[in-house]
Amino acid sequence: MHRIRFIAQKEFYHILRDFRSLIIVIIMPVMMIFLYGYAINMDIENVSLAIVDFDHSVESQQLTERFFASPYFSPGENEVDMSDPEQLLRSGQVAAILAIPPGFSAALARGEDFELGMMVDGTDASLASAVQAFSNSVLSNFLMDRLPPNFDIPGVTLSQQVLYNPDLKSSHFLVPGLVAVILMMISALMTSMTIAREKETGTMEQLLTTPVKPREILIGKLLPYVVIAFVDGILVLIFARLVFGVPFVGSQLLLLGFGLIYVTTALSIGILISSLVDTLQEATLLAQVATLLPAVMLSGFIFALKNMPFVLQAISYIVPARYFVVIIRGIMLKGAGLEVLIPQAGALVLLMVILMTVAAAKFKTRVV
Amino acid sequence: MNDSTHNSGSAVLINNLTRHFGDFTAVDHISLKVDYGEIFGFLGANGAGKTTAIRMLCGLLMPSGGSGEVAGYDIYKQAESIKKHIGYMSQKFSLYPDLTGRENLTFYGAAYNLRPADLSDRIHELTERLELGEFINQLSGKLPIGWRQRLALAAAILHRPRILFLDEPTGGVDPVFRRRFWSILYDLADSGVAVFVTTHYMDEAEYCGRISIMHHGSIIEQGRPFDLKRQHGTDSLDDLFINLILSQEATRA
Repeated sequence: MHRIRFIAQKEFYHILRDFRSLIIVIIMPVMMIFLYGYAINMDIENVSLAIVDFDHSVESQQLTERFFASPYFSPGENEVDMSDPEQLLRSGQVAAILAIPPGFSAALARGEDFELGMMVDGTDASLASAVQAFSNSVLSNFLMDRLPPNFDIPGVTLSQQVLYNPDLKSSHFLVPGLVAVILMMISALMTSMTIAREKETGTMEQLLTTPVKPREILIGKLLPYVVIAFVDGILVLIFARLVFGVPFVGSQLLLLGFGLIYVTTALSIGILISSLVDTLQEATLLAQVATLLPAVMLSGFIFALKNMPFVLQAISYIVPARYFVVIIRGIMLKGAGLEVLIPQAGALVLLMVILMTVAAAKFKTRVV
Repeated sequence: MNDSTHNSGSAVLINNLTRHFGDFTAVDHISLKVDYGEIFGFLGANGAGKTTAIRMLCGLLMPSGGSGEVAGYDIYKQAESIKKHIGYMSQKFSLYPDLTGRENLTFYGAAYNLRPADLSDRIHELTERLELGEFINQLSGKLPIGWRQRLALAAAILHRPRILFLDEPTGGVDPVFRRRFWSILYDLADSGVAVFVTTHYMDEAEYCGRISIMHHGSIIEQGRPFDLKRQHGTDSLDDLFINLILSQEATRA
């Protein structure tokens, strides 16, 4: 224990005296959450729509206004050339075209069936289906408002209530996952360099002529970074809350506790990498490959795990981010408590122990 | 510590020690014995295999063949026990440049499990003895080379090792400092420490109790400097060394 404390203290000196690197590891996660948080916004807003009005009536004008008053649609910029309307879709100037044929207002007045025409760019499937749903809802709202106030349509309606993310904002879903990805990357990167750097500069050789044990070196090096990664975690969470307005329903203390476990597991990945390779370059490269792709693809951050092939699902169980994505969404959005999240935390602790044990076993005190 | 069984005998005893790197044989069946209280000089040109040999003895490199004991412990199986009894100063400055001298020594003291109270006394003592003075509170990476070497020596003898391995400890330092450095080595040897030192300065070799001359991985001559000079009928180690190397090259060709 005595030695671990001194190794940790020495490591702290390295971190604090390399001021530039310290600033980078503090600023980088904040920059990342800011950039990626905006970049991966999947909300559908302001879809450019061209409306071609052949009816030229008050009603067709009202319907047009209703479309553009909604947050979902905005008018295309150019004058519509009706000789080839599809050209607008092909060139990507608009995502949809709505045609109001002549006779729209007359049909409304007489209460007859009538069809409006719509062409949607289907290259982005989720955008296209959203456009269909949004335009139906704009249209039915328009029609409902035209009914006399005391008019009742008998029948069954479905009263829907969306829990936890009532506005269905994608940022509320994605930003907590992004926190998991960013903390994974930055943590593994930090520790991946510590041992490799000492191997490169030759200080490790001097250390290895002392009776210090590999596990003492590894744990001593891990500890100071737990503090740094924890500070990173707090900063990133503050940003998620302030900039992206992600709700925080559950216990903040609980999230910090789980966060501590998560960053320690992530740091262990870097420690393992660092004990396997000999140069800084290999270490940083391996840390990025080993963390970024799995954390993005196999954590459930963007892509639902249960829709994946069996093999990928199986692999996802060794990706720590998978567990923390469940934890952070559970606590921030649903207010989940300890009892729900214990299995996730248990998996993280188990992974951490395995990673550190393998690192200690693979750490070579002697060149073979 | 369970040292009683290992107090007698040689500090270093190796037999046919060999190390290959692929097809290259860096150390080729060398055998030697170093006693406690002796300064043993390991001579040879750059690339002769001196550093490779030292690294095997310190438990940093696995031998390819042969046998050996350091402080009475087997170099294959008991490297962890060996490490408690040796001090090592490498050719390249290997303390932490972003730590002060005192921080480095405190860290290494902990690595050797010295008690904090003993450690601070010991650091004080070494600061006096090696005349480190105020330099001990400066970042070691910023020290002039001579002071860095002193600091490295302090770190290597901090825990009072019974065997001290020094790999070209005086490379790049001025003659005055080299003289002082050697007087410290004499003090250590007088107190019973075995000093195993590599060098390619022939004047330093004169200071050694015994020397062995290495060439292309093999030991080509071994003995007391005085005896060797007499045997080869020369009065300078410089001539002896050069003649030996040349005759070796002639037989190889």
